[in-house]
Amino acid sequence: MKRFEYSRATAPEQAAQSASVKDASFIAGGTNLLDLMKLEIETPVKLVDITRLALAQVETTTDGGLRIGTLVTNSDLAAHPEVIANYPVLSRAILAGATGQLRNRATTGGNLLQRTRCYYFYQTDSACNKRKPGSGCPAIRGENRTLAILGTSDSCIAQHPSDMAVAMRSLDATVETLKTDGSTRKIAIKDFYCLPKDTPHIENVLESGELITHVVLPAPVSGIHTYDKVRDRASYAFALVSCAAIIDVTDNGRLDTVRLAFGGIGTEPWRNEAVEALLTGTDGNNDVIKQAADLLLKEAKGSGQNDFKIPLTRRLLKQVIQRALAGKGA
Amino acid sequence: MSTLNLTINKQDYQLDNLDSRTTLLDVCRQHLKITGPKKGCDHGQCGACTILINGRRINACLTLAVMHDGDEITTIEGIGMPESLSALQQAFKDNDAFQCGYCTPGQICSATALIDEIKQNWPSHVTTDLQNPDGLLVQEIAERMSGNICRCSAYPNIIKAISQVLENEMKGSSKTDAVQKSEVTGIWSLSPSEAQLGSQSMKNKTATSRLGDRS
Repeated sequence: MKRFEYSRATAPEQAAQSASVKDASFIAGGTNLLDLMKLEIETPVKLVDITRLALAQVETTTDGGLRIGTLVTNSDLAAHPEVIANYPVLSRAILAGATGQLRNRATTGGNLLQRTRCYYFYQTDSACNKRKPGSGCPAIRGENRTLAILGTSDSCIAQHPSDMAVAMRSLDATVETLKTDGSTRKIAIKDFYCLPKDTPHIENVLESGELITHVVLPAPVSGIHTYDKVRDRASYAFALVSCAAIIDVTDNGRLDTVRLAFGGIGTEPWRNEAVEALLTGTDGNNDVIKQAADLLLKEAKGSGQNDFKIPLTRRLLKQVIQRALAGKGA
Repeated sequence: MSTLNLTINKQDYQLDNLDSRTTLLDVCRQHLKITGPKKGCDHGQCGACTILINGRRINACLTLAVMHDGDEITTIEGIGMPESLSALQQAFKDNDAFQCGYCTPGQICSATALIDEIKQNWPSHVTTDLQNPDGLLVQEIAERMSGNICRCSAYPNIIKAISQVLENEMKGSSKTDAVQKSEVTGIWSLSPSEAQLGSQSMKNKTATSRLGDRS
Protein backbone atom coordinates (compact mmCIF):
# COMPACT_ATOMS: atom_id res chain seq x y z
CA MET A 1 0.00 0.00 0.00
CA LYS A 2 1.25 3.47 -0.90
CA ARG A 3 1.64 6.04 1.83
CA PHE A 4 -1.18 8.50 2.35
CA GLU A 5 -2.07 11.31 4.70
CA TYR A 6 -4.90 10.29 7.02
CA SER A 7 -7.35 12.77 8.48
CA ARG A 8 -10.68 12.42 10.18
CA ALA A 9 -13.48 14.68 9.04
CA THR A 10 -15.36 16.63 11.67
CA ALA A 11 -18.14 18.01 9.47
CA PRO A 12 -19.37 17.25 5.93
CA GLU A 13 -18.30 20.65 4.61
CA GLN A 14 -14.84 20.21 6.05
CA ALA A 15 -14.66 16.68 4.60
CA ALA A 16 -15.46 17.92 1.11
CA GLN A 17 -12.84 20.65 1.40
CA SER A 18 -10.20 18.23 2.68
CA ALA A 19 -10.84 15.89 -0.20
CA SER A 20 -10.72 18.58 -2.88
CA VAL A 21 -7.02 18.05 -3.55
CA LYS A 22 -5.95 15.84 -6.42
CA ASP A 23 -5.90 12.10 -5.67
CA ALA A 24 -7.68 12.45 -2.34
CA SER A 25 -10.33 9.94 -1.39
CA PHE A 26 -13.01 9.61 1.24
CA ILE A 27 -13.01 6.44 3.28
CA ALA A 28 -16.06 5.02 5.06
CA GLY A 29 -16.47 1.24 5.19
CA GLY A 30 -13.32 0.83 3.15
CA THR A 31 -14.16 -2.75 2.18
CA ASN A 32 -13.54 -2.07 -1.51
CA LEU A 33 -11.14 0.86 -1.25
CA LEU A 34 -8.64 -0.81 1.10
CA ASP A 35 -8.68 -3.97 -0.98
CA LEU A 36 -7.78 -1.86 -4.02
CA MET A 37 -5.21 0.15 -2.06
CA LYS A 38 -3.43 -3.03 -0.99
CA LEU A 39 -3.15 -3.97 -4.64
CA GLU A 40 -2.09 -0.40 -5.47
CA ILE A 41 -4.92 -0.07 -7.94
CA GLU A 42 -6.15 2.85 -5.85
CA THR A 43 -3.33 5.07 -4.64
CA PRO A 44 -4.84 8.07 -2.87
CA VAL A 45 -2.36 10.54 -1.41
CA LYS A 46 -4.90 11.61 1.16
CA LEU A 47 -7.62 9.66 2.94
CA VAL A 48 -10.44 11.59 4.56
CA ASP A 49 -12.18 9.38 7.10
CA ILE A 50 -15.86 10.30 7.14
CA THR A 51 -17.01 7.53 9.49
CA ARG A 52 -17.60 9.86 12.44
CA LEU A 53 -19.88 12.25 10.56
CA ALA A 54 -23.54 12.31 11.58
CA LEU A 55 -24.73 10.73 8.35
CA ALA A 56 -25.87 7.35 9.62
CA GLN A 57 -29.58 8.01 10.05
CA VAL A 58 -32.59 6.83 8.09
CA GLU A 59 -35.35 9.45 8.14
CA THR A 60 -38.77 9.57 6.55
CA THR A 61 -39.32 12.44 4.12
CA THR A 62 -42.35 14.69 3.93
CA ASP A 63 -43.58 12.98 0.77
CA GLY A 64 -43.49 9.55 2.38
CA GLY A 65 -40.08 8.49 1.14
CA LEU A 66 -36.87 7.63 2.98
CA ARG A 67 -33.70 9.67 3.29
CA ILE A 68 -30.77 7.38 3.97
CA GLY A 69 -27.56 8.80 5.37
CA THR A 70 -24.53 7.82 3.33
CA LEU A 71 -22.96 6.06 6.35
CA VAL A 72 -25.91 3.76 7.03
CA THR A 73 -24.36 0.32 6.76
CA ASN A 74 -25.70 -2.26 4.34
CA SER A 75 -26.63 -4.45 7.35
CA ASP A 76 -28.62 -1.70 9.00
CA LEU A 77 -30.34 -0.69 5.80
CA ALA A 78 -31.34 -4.24 4.89
CA ALA A 79 -32.75 -4.83 8.38
CA HIS A 80 -34.43 -1.44 8.73
CA PRO A 81 -38.16 -1.96 9.44
CA GLU A 82 -39.20 0.76 6.95
CA VAL A 83 -37.07 -0.78 4.22
CA ILE A 84 -38.32 -4.28 4.93
CA ALA A 85 -41.93 -3.14 4.98
CA ASN A 86 -41.96 -0.68 2.07
CA TYR A 87 -38.87 -1.29 -0.06
CA PRO A 88 -38.28 -5.04 0.25
CA VAL A 89 -36.55 -5.09 -3.14
CA LEU A 90 -33.79 -3.06 -1.50
CA SER A 91 -33.46 -5.38 1.50
CA ARG A 92 -33.40 -8.38 -0.83
CA ALA A 93 -30.74 -6.88 -3.08
CA ILE A 94 -28.46 -5.92 -0.20
CA LEU A 95 -28.81 -9.31 1.47
CA ALA A 96 -27.93 -11.02 -1.82
CA GLY A 97 -24.54 -9.33 -1.81
CA ALA A 98 -21.29 -9.90 0.06
CA THR A 99 -21.16 -11.42 3.57
CA GLY A 100 -22.32 -10.55 7.06
CA GLN A 101 -18.89 -9.13 7.85
CA LEU A 102 -18.71 -6.96 4.74
CA ARG A 103 -22.29 -5.70 5.02
CA ASN A 104 -21.52 -4.57 8.56
CA ARG A 105 -18.84 -2.21 7.25
CA ALA A 106 -20.08 -1.37 3.76
CA THR A 107 -22.02 1.87 3.57
CA THR A 108 -24.83 3.15 1.37
CA GLY A 109 -22.75 5.76 -0.42
CA GLY A 110 -19.73 3.49 -0.71
CA ASN A 111 -21.75 0.67 -2.20
CA LEU A 112 -22.81 2.97 -5.06
CA LEU A 113 -19.14 3.68 -5.73
CA GLN A 114 -17.90 0.08 -5.86
CA ARG A 115 -15.38 -0.54 -8.60
CA THR A 116 -15.75 -3.34 -11.11
CA ARG A 117 -14.64 -6.92 -10.50
CA CYS A 118 -13.17 -7.33 -14.00
CA TYR A 119 -10.10 -9.57 -13.67
CA TYR A 120 -7.94 -7.25 -15.76
CA PHE A 121 -8.81 -4.26 -13.63
CA TYR A 122 -7.51 -6.22 -10.65
CA GLN A 123 -4.42 -7.54 -12.38
CA THR A 124 -1.97 -4.65 -12.29
CA ASP A 125 0.51 -6.15 -14.73
CA SER A 126 -2.09 -6.27 -17.49
CA ALA A 127 -3.48 -3.44 -19.58
CA CYS A 128 -6.80 -1.92 -18.51
CA ASN A 129 -8.37 1.26 -19.84
CA LYS A 130 -10.21 1.79 -16.58
CA ARG A 131 -7.12 1.47 -14.42
CA LYS A 132 -4.64 2.94 -16.87
CA PRO A 133 -6.45 5.01 -19.52
CA GLY A 134 -5.27 4.28 -23.04
CA SER A 135 -3.53 1.01 -22.20
CA GLY A 136 -6.13 -1.17 -23.91
CA CYS A 137 -8.75 -3.74 -22.93
CA PRO A 138 -7.57 -7.37 -22.96
CA ALA A 139 -10.95 -8.48 -21.56
CA ILE A 140 -12.76 -8.03 -24.86
CA ARG A 141 -10.85 -10.95 -26.36
CA GLY A 142 -9.88 -12.53 -23.07
CA GLU A 143 -11.46 -13.78 -19.87
CA ASN A 144 -14.84 -12.10 -20.00
CA ARG A 145 -17.29 -14.65 -18.65
CA THR A 146 -18.48 -12.36 -15.84
CA LEU A 147 -18.36 -9.11 -17.79
CA ALA A 148 -20.99 -6.83 -19.28
CA ILE A 149 -23.08 -7.26 -22.42
CA LEU A 150 -24.87 -3.90 -22.28
CA GLY A 151 -23.46 -0.38 -22.19
CA THR A 152 -20.07 -1.62 -23.30
CA SER A 153 -17.63 0.14 -25.60
CA ASP A 154 -14.50 -0.76 -27.54
CA SER A 155 -12.57 0.53 -24.52
CA CYS A 156 -14.25 -1.38 -21.70
CA ILE A 157 -16.74 -4.14 -20.97
CA ALA A 158 -16.40 -4.12 -17.17
CA GLN A 159 -19.60 -4.95 -15.30
CA HIS A 160 -20.96 -2.88 -12.44
CA PRO A 161 -20.76 -5.17 -9.40
CA SER A 162 -23.34 -3.74 -7.00
CA ASP A 163 -26.60 -5.44 -6.07
CA MET A 164 -27.80 -2.53 -3.93
CA ALA A 165 -27.42 -0.04 -6.76
CA VAL A 166 -29.62 -2.20 -9.00
CA ALA A 167 -32.44 -1.99 -6.46
CA MET A 168 -31.81 1.75 -6.04
CA ARG A 169 -32.21 2.11 -9.81
CA SER A 170 -35.53 0.27 -9.74
CA LEU A 171 -36.69 2.58 -6.96
CA ASP A 172 -35.66 5.80 -8.76
CA ALA A 173 -33.40 6.85 -5.89
CA THR A 174 -31.77 10.27 -5.79
CA VAL A 175 -28.18 10.80 -4.67
CA GLU A 176 -27.66 13.93 -2.58
CA THR A 177 -24.18 15.41 -2.54
CA LEU A 178 -22.18 18.21 -1.04
CA LYS A 179 -19.59 19.95 -3.15
CA THR A 180 -16.35 21.54 -2.03
CA ASP A 181 -17.82 25.05 -2.38
CA GLY A 182 -20.52 24.09 0.12
CA SER A 183 -23.30 23.80 -2.46
CA THR A 184 -25.45 20.70 -2.66
CA ARG A 185 -27.04 18.88 -5.53
CA LYS A 186 -29.46 16.06 -6.17
CA ILE A 187 -28.60 13.54 -8.84
CA ALA A 188 -31.16 11.05 -10.09
CA ILE A 189 -29.59 7.61 -9.98
CA LYS A 190 -30.28 7.20 -13.70
CA ASP A 191 -27.92 10.16 -14.27
CA PHE A 192 -25.36 9.17 -11.64
CA TYR A 193 -23.29 6.63 -13.57
CA CYS A 194 -21.34 7.20 -16.79
CA LEU A 195 -21.14 4.67 -19.57
CA PRO A 196 -17.53 3.71 -20.32
CA LYS A 197 -17.40 5.07 -23.91
CA ASP A 198 -13.75 6.02 -24.42
CA THR A 199 -13.28 7.20 -20.82
CA PRO A 200 -13.98 4.09 -18.72
CA HIS A 201 -11.96 5.51 -15.82
CA ILE A 202 -14.77 8.03 -15.28
CA GLU A 203 -17.52 6.02 -13.65
CA ASN A 204 -19.90 8.63 -12.27
CA VAL A 205 -20.67 12.32 -12.38
CA LEU A 206 -19.16 13.19 -8.97
CA GLU A 207 -16.64 16.00 -9.02
CA SER A 208 -13.37 15.99 -7.09
CA GLY A 209 -14.15 16.29 -3.39
CA GLU A 210 -17.90 15.92 -3.90
CA LEU A 211 -19.33 13.94 -0.99
CA ILE A 212 -22.41 11.73 -1.16
CA THR A 213 -24.39 12.70 1.94
CA HIS A 214 -27.68 10.87 1.44
CA VAL A 215 -29.58 8.58 -0.87
CA VAL A 216 -33.27 9.44 -1.04
CA LEU A 217 -36.02 7.02 -1.96
CA PRO A 218 -39.33 8.36 -3.25
CA ALA A 219 -42.59 7.17 -1.68
CA PRO A 220 -42.96 3.39 -1.86
CA VAL A 221 -44.21 1.71 -5.03
CA SER A 222 -46.76 -0.99 -4.39
CA GLY A 223 -46.39 -4.35 -6.01
CA ILE A 224 -44.43 -7.55 -5.64
CA HIS A 225 -40.81 -6.72 -4.83
CA THR A 226 -38.24 -9.33 -5.79
CA TYR A 227 -34.51 -9.56 -6.32
CA ASP A 228 -33.26 -12.58 -8.23
CA LYS A 229 -29.56 -13.21 -8.51
CA VAL A 230 -28.00 -15.91 -10.65
CA ARG A 231 -24.42 -16.60 -9.66
CA ASP A 232 -21.79 -19.30 -9.52
CA ARG A 233 -22.16 -19.98 -5.78
CA ALA A 234 -25.29 -19.90 -3.65
CA SER A 235 -23.77 -17.19 -1.46
CA TYR A 236 -20.99 -14.62 -1.52
CA ALA A 237 -20.55 -14.31 -5.29
CA PHE A 238 -21.14 -11.46 -7.69
CA ALA A 239 -24.12 -11.63 -10.02
CA LEU A 240 -23.88 -13.19 -13.44
CA VAL A 241 -27.34 -11.78 -14.03
CA SER A 242 -29.63 -10.25 -11.44
CA CYS A 243 -32.99 -8.54 -11.58
CA ALA A 244 -34.63 -6.13 -9.16
CA ALA A 245 -38.32 -6.12 -9.92
CA ILE A 246 -41.38 -4.28 -8.70
CA ILE A 247 -44.46 -5.63 -10.39
CA ASP A 248 -48.11 -5.03 -9.69
CA VAL A 249 -50.83 -7.08 -11.34
CA THR A 250 -54.45 -6.01 -11.77
CA ASP A 251 -57.31 -8.20 -10.62
CA ASN A 252 -57.87 -9.37 -14.19
CA GLY A 253 -54.29 -10.51 -14.55
CA ARG A 254 -52.72 -7.57 -16.39
CA LEU A 255 -49.31 -6.18 -15.56
CA ASP A 256 -49.86 -2.83 -13.94
CA THR A 257 -46.69 -1.40 -12.45
CA VAL A 258 -43.57 -2.92 -14.02
CA ARG A 259 -40.10 -1.87 -12.95
CA LEU A 260 -37.12 -4.00 -13.88
CA ALA A 261 -33.48 -3.19 -13.20
CA PHE A 262 -30.69 -5.63 -14.00
CA GLY A 263 -27.28 -6.31 -12.49
CA GLY A 264 -24.34 -8.29 -13.82
CA ILE A 265 -25.10 -7.51 -17.46
CA GLY A 266 -24.46 -3.77 -17.65
CA THR A 267 -21.52 -1.45 -17.29
CA GLU A 268 -23.87 0.37 -14.93
CA PRO A 269 -27.02 -0.79 -13.10
CA TRP A 270 -29.24 -1.44 -16.12
CA ARG A 271 -32.82 -0.32 -16.57
CA ASN A 272 -34.72 0.21 -19.78
CA GLU A 273 -38.03 1.99 -19.23
CA ALA A 274 -39.18 1.19 -22.77
CA VAL A 275 -39.17 -2.50 -21.82
CA GLU A 276 -41.34 -1.72 -18.83
CA ALA A 277 -43.74 0.31 -21.00
CA LEU A 278 -44.00 -2.57 -23.46
CA LEU A 279 -44.99 -4.97 -20.70
CA THR A 280 -47.35 -2.66 -18.84
CA GLY A 281 -51.00 -3.32 -19.55
CA THR A 282 -50.37 -6.73 -21.10
CA ASP A 283 -51.08 -10.15 -19.66
CA GLY A 284 -47.39 -11.06 -19.84
CA ASN A 285 -47.85 -13.86 -22.36
CA ASN A 286 -44.87 -15.54 -23.97
CA ASP A 287 -44.96 -13.34 -27.08
CA VAL A 288 -44.93 -10.14 -25.07
CA ILE A 289 -42.12 -11.39 -22.88
CA LYS A 290 -40.15 -12.32 -25.98
CA GLN A 291 -40.68 -8.84 -27.40
CA ALA A 292 -39.63 -7.31 -24.07
CA ALA A 293 -36.50 -9.44 -23.94
CA ASP A 294 -35.69 -8.58 -27.57
CA LEU A 295 -35.95 -4.91 -26.75
CA LEU A 296 -33.93 -5.19 -23.55
CA LEU A 297 -31.17 -7.09 -25.33
CA LYS A 298 -31.31 -5.32 -28.69
CA GLU A 299 -27.92 -3.71 -28.18
CA ALA A 300 -26.48 -6.59 -26.15
CA LYS A 301 -23.08 -7.70 -27.29
CA GLY A 302 -21.41 -10.81 -25.97
CA SER A 303 -17.64 -11.08 -26.07
CA GLY A 304 -17.41 -14.85 -26.25
CA GLN A 305 -17.33 -16.33 -22.77
CA ASN A 306 -20.14 -14.08 -21.60
CA ASP A 307 -22.46 -14.80 -24.55
CA PHE A 308 -24.50 -17.02 -22.23
CA LYS A 309 -25.70 -13.96 -20.36
CA ILE A 310 -28.00 -13.08 -23.26
CA PRO A 311 -30.20 -16.19 -23.07
CA LEU A 312 -29.83 -16.24 -19.29
CA THR A 313 -31.22 -12.71 -19.06
CA ARG A 314 -34.15 -13.76 -21.29
CA ARG A 315 -34.95 -16.66 -19.00
CA LEU A 316 -34.65 -14.55 -15.89
CA LEU A 317 -36.94 -11.88 -17.31
CA LYS A 318 -39.53 -14.51 -18.15
CA GLN A 319 -39.30 -16.10 -14.74
CA VAL A 320 -39.66 -12.78 -12.92
CA ILE A 321 -42.73 -11.73 -14.92
CA GLN A 322 -44.50 -15.06 -14.90
CA ARG A 323 -43.89 -15.63 -11.20
CA ALA A 324 -45.33 -12.22 -10.40
CA LEU A 325 -48.40 -13.03 -12.49
CA ALA A 326 -48.78 -16.37 -10.73
CA GLY A 327 -48.20 -14.77 -7.35
CA LYS A 328 -51.10 -12.44 -7.86
CA GLY A 329 -53.49 -15.30 -8.39
CA ALA A 330 -52.18 -17.39 -5.53
CA MET B 1 2.10 8.51 11.59
CA SER B 2 -0.29 8.99 14.46
CA THR B 3 -0.86 8.11 18.08
CA LEU B 4 -3.73 5.81 18.64
CA ASN B 5 -5.69 4.53 21.63
CA LEU B 6 -7.44 1.21 21.14
CA THR B 7 -9.62 -0.85 23.44
CA ILE B 8 -9.25 -4.53 22.70
CA ASN B 9 -10.83 -7.21 24.89
CA LYS B 10 -11.51 -4.51 27.49
CA GLN B 11 -7.83 -3.57 27.72
CA ASP B 12 -6.53 -0.17 26.65
CA TYR B 13 -3.53 0.03 24.38
CA GLN B 14 -1.63 3.07 23.19
CA LEU B 15 0.23 2.93 19.93
CA ASP B 16 2.67 5.69 19.11
CA ASN B 17 3.83 6.60 15.65
CA LEU B 18 1.71 3.97 14.04
CA ASP B 19 1.87 3.98 10.26
CA SER B 20 -1.64 4.94 9.07
CA ARG B 21 -1.55 2.07 6.60
CA THR B 22 -1.63 -0.54 9.34
CA THR B 23 -4.76 -2.63 9.33
CA LEU B 24 -6.50 -3.52 12.56
CA LEU B 25 -5.50 -7.12 11.90
CA ASP B 26 -1.80 -6.25 11.69
CA VAL B 27 -2.00 -4.11 14.82
CA CYS B 28 -3.48 -7.03 16.73
CA ARG B 29 -1.06 -9.62 15.43
CA GLN B 30 2.19 -7.76 14.82
CA HIS B 31 2.09 -4.90 17.31
CA LEU B 32 0.08 -6.27 20.22
CA LYS B 33 0.70 -10.00 19.77
CA ILE B 34 -3.00 -10.72 19.94
CA THR B 35 -2.77 -13.59 17.50
CA GLY B 36 -6.29 -15.03 17.67
CA PRO B 37 -7.40 -13.19 14.53
CA LYS B 38 -5.71 -14.99 11.65
CA LYS B 39 -4.43 -13.65 8.37
CA GLY B 40 -5.76 -15.79 5.56
CA CYS B 41 -6.32 -13.87 2.34
CA ASP B 42 -5.85 -10.33 3.72
CA HIS B 43 -8.54 -9.16 1.25
CA GLY B 44 -11.83 -9.82 3.03
CA GLN B 45 -12.52 -13.03 1.21
CA CYS B 46 -11.89 -15.76 3.76
CA GLY B 47 -13.10 -14.47 7.14
CA ALA B 48 -10.17 -15.87 9.16
CA CYS B 49 -9.57 -12.38 10.60
CA THR B 50 -13.16 -11.88 11.76
CA ILE B 51 -13.38 -9.86 14.97
CA LEU B 52 -16.14 -7.87 16.63
CA ILE B 53 -16.31 -4.10 16.67
CA ASN B 54 -18.97 -2.79 19.02
CA GLY B 55 -20.48 -6.28 18.89
CA ARG B 56 -20.57 -6.52 15.11
CA ARG B 57 -18.47 -8.89 13.07
CA ILE B 58 -16.11 -7.40 10.52
CA ASN B 59 -13.01 -8.37 8.57
CA ALA B 60 -10.06 -6.95 10.55
CA CYS B 61 -7.90 -7.07 7.42
CA LEU B 62 -10.13 -4.59 5.61
CA THR B 63 -10.09 -1.74 8.08
CA LEU B 64 -7.41 0.67 9.21
CA ALA B 65 -6.48 0.67 12.87
CA VAL B 66 -6.45 4.50 12.95
CA MET B 67 -10.17 4.50 12.25
CA HIS B 68 -11.00 2.64 15.47
CA ASP B 69 -10.00 4.64 18.52
CA GLY B 70 -12.81 4.52 21.05
CA ASP B 71 -14.37 1.42 19.51
CA GLU B 72 -14.96 -1.70 21.59
CA ILE B 73 -12.88 -4.35 19.83
CA THR B 74 -13.27 -8.03 20.67
CA THR B 75 -11.11 -10.85 19.34
CA ILE B 76 -11.45 -14.56 20.06
CA GLU B 77 -9.30 -13.99 23.17
CA GLY B 78 -12.05 -11.74 24.52
CA ILE B 79 -14.76 -14.27 23.77
CA GLY B 80 -13.23 -17.05 25.84
CA MET B 81 -9.92 -18.54 26.94
CA PRO B 82 -9.03 -22.24 27.44
CA GLU B 83 -10.13 -22.13 31.09
CA SER B 84 -13.33 -20.26 30.32
CA LEU B 85 -14.65 -21.33 26.95
CA SER B 86 -17.72 -19.65 25.54
CA ALA B 87 -20.67 -21.85 24.65
CA LEU B 88 -19.72 -21.69 20.98
CA GLN B 89 -16.11 -22.58 21.66
CA GLN B 90 -17.24 -25.59 23.70
CA ALA B 91 -19.70 -26.59 20.97
CA PHE B 92 -16.96 -26.39 18.32
CA LYS B 93 -14.87 -28.75 20.46
CA ASP B 94 -17.76 -31.09 21.20
CA ASN B 95 -18.77 -31.31 17.55
CA ASP B 96 -15.30 -31.61 16.09
CA ALA B 97 -16.04 -28.48 14.09
CA PHE B 98 -12.52 -27.97 12.80
CA GLN B 99 -9.54 -29.86 11.55
CA CYS B 100 -6.48 -27.63 11.22
CA GLY B 101 -8.11 -24.88 13.28
CA TYR B 102 -6.76 -21.90 11.36
CA CYS B 103 -10.17 -20.52 10.43
CA THR B 104 -11.74 -21.38 13.79
CA PRO B 105 -11.19 -18.08 15.67
CA GLY B 106 -12.85 -16.28 12.78
CA GLN B 107 -15.63 -18.85 12.56
CA ILE B 108 -16.41 -18.50 16.27
CA CYS B 109 -16.27 -14.68 16.25
CA SER B 110 -18.54 -14.72 13.24
CA ALA B 111 -20.97 -17.18 14.82
CA THR B 112 -21.00 -15.17 18.05
CA ALA B 113 -22.25 -12.14 16.12
CA LEU B 114 -24.58 -14.27 14.02
CA ILE B 115 -26.47 -15.31 17.15
CA ASP B 116 -26.96 -11.65 18.06
CA GLU B 117 -28.11 -10.83 14.54
CA ILE B 118 -30.72 -13.58 14.71
CA LYS B 119 -31.87 -12.32 18.11
CA GLN B 120 -32.27 -8.88 16.56
CA ASN B 121 -34.40 -10.39 13.77
CA TRP B 122 -32.01 -9.44 11.00
CA PRO B 123 -33.14 -11.20 7.85
CA SER B 124 -30.78 -12.98 5.46
CA HIS B 125 -30.75 -13.81 1.77
CA VAL B 126 -32.54 -17.11 2.41
CA THR B 127 -35.15 -15.70 4.76
CA THR B 128 -38.58 -16.37 3.29
CA ASP B 129 -40.49 -13.72 5.20
CA LEU B 130 -38.42 -10.56 5.75
CA GLN B 131 -40.80 -9.30 8.40
CA ASN B 132 -40.68 -12.50 10.37
CA PRO B 133 -37.27 -14.11 9.91
CA ASP B 134 -37.09 -17.81 10.66
CA GLY B 135 -33.42 -17.46 11.42
CA LEU B 136 -32.82 -20.87 12.86
CA LEU B 137 -32.88 -23.14 9.87
CA VAL B 138 -29.70 -24.83 8.77
CA GLN B 139 -29.83 -22.99 5.46
CA GLU B 140 -29.91 -19.75 7.40
CA ILE B 141 -26.75 -20.65 9.29
CA ALA B 142 -24.97 -21.67 6.08
CA GLU B 143 -25.95 -18.45 4.34
CA ARG B 144 -25.03 -16.27 7.30
CA MET B 145 -21.65 -17.99 7.69
CA SER B 146 -20.72 -17.70 4.00
CA GLY B 147 -18.06 -15.13 4.82
CA ASN B 148 -16.00 -17.73 6.68
CA ILE B 149 -14.17 -20.21 4.52
CA CYS B 150 -12.87 -23.51 5.92
CA ARG B 151 -10.32 -25.20 3.70
CA CYS B 152 -10.66 -28.41 5.69
CA SER B 153 -14.35 -28.22 4.85
CA ALA B 154 -15.56 -28.80 8.38
CA TYR B 155 -18.80 -27.08 7.42
CA PRO B 156 -21.24 -29.83 8.49
CA ASN B 157 -19.83 -29.86 12.00
CA ILE B 158 -19.51 -26.07 12.16
CA ILE B 159 -23.21 -25.89 11.38
CA LYS B 160 -23.95 -28.54 13.99
CA ALA B 161 -22.01 -26.61 16.61
CA ILE B 162 -23.75 -23.33 15.85
CA SER B 163 -27.17 -25.01 15.69
CA GLN B 164 -26.61 -26.52 19.09
CA VAL B 165 -25.77 -23.18 20.71
CA LEU B 166 -28.62 -21.42 18.94
CA GLU B 167 -30.99 -24.06 20.18
CA ASN B 168 -29.94 -23.42 23.76
CA GLU B 169 -29.91 -19.65 23.38
CA MET B 170 -33.37 -19.60 21.89
CA LYS B 171 -34.95 -21.96 24.43
CA GLY B 172 -38.19 -20.49 25.60
CA SER B 173 -38.51 -18.21 22.63
CA SER B 174 -41.10 -18.83 19.96
CA LYS B 175 -38.32 -19.80 17.59
CA THR B 176 -37.37 -22.96 19.43
CA ASP B 177 -39.70 -25.10 17.35
CA ALA B 178 -37.93 -24.13 14.16
CA VAL B 179 -34.62 -25.32 15.58
CA GLN B 180 -35.93 -28.62 16.74
CA LYS B 181 -37.66 -29.34 13.47
CA SER B 182 -34.71 -28.46 11.31
CA GLU B 183 -32.50 -31.31 10.31
CA VAL B 184 -28.95 -30.39 11.01
CA THR B 185 -27.65 -32.27 8.03
CA GLY B 186 -30.44 -31.29 5.67
CA ILE B 187 -28.57 -28.88 3.45
CA TRP B 188 -25.81 -31.36 2.80
CA SER B 189 -28.17 -33.94 1.37
CA LEU B 190 -28.44 -32.05 -1.91
CA SER B 191 -26.05 -33.44 -4.47
CA PRO B 192 -23.41 -30.87 -5.36
CA SER B 193 -24.49 -30.65 -8.98
CA GLU B 194 -28.03 -29.85 -7.94
CA ALA B 195 -27.00 -27.39 -5.29
CA GLN B 196 -24.71 -25.52 -7.63
CA LEU B 197 -27.15 -25.20 -10.51
CA GLY B 198 -28.17 -21.61 -11.06
CA SER B 199 -31.76 -22.55 -11.75
CA GLN B 200 -31.93 -24.60 -8.61
CA SER B 201 -30.51 -21.90 -6.43
CA MET B 202 -32.84 -19.39 -8.01
CA LYS B 203 -35.74 -21.59 -7.17
CA ASN B 204 -34.57 -22.04 -3.63
CA LYS B 205 -33.27 -18.61 -2.90
CA THR B 206 -35.90 -16.47 -4.50
CA ALA B 207 -38.30 -15.12 -2.04
CA THR B 208 -41.15 -12.85 -2.76
CA SER B 209 -42.26 -9.95 -0.69
CA ARG B 210 -45.65 -8.55 -1.31
CA LEU B 211 -46.06 -4.90 -0.56
CA GLY B 212 -49.56 -4.03 0.49
CA ASP B 213 -51.64 -1.84 -1.75
CA ARG B 214 -51.05 1.68 -0.53
CA SER B 215 -53.34 3.46 -2.94
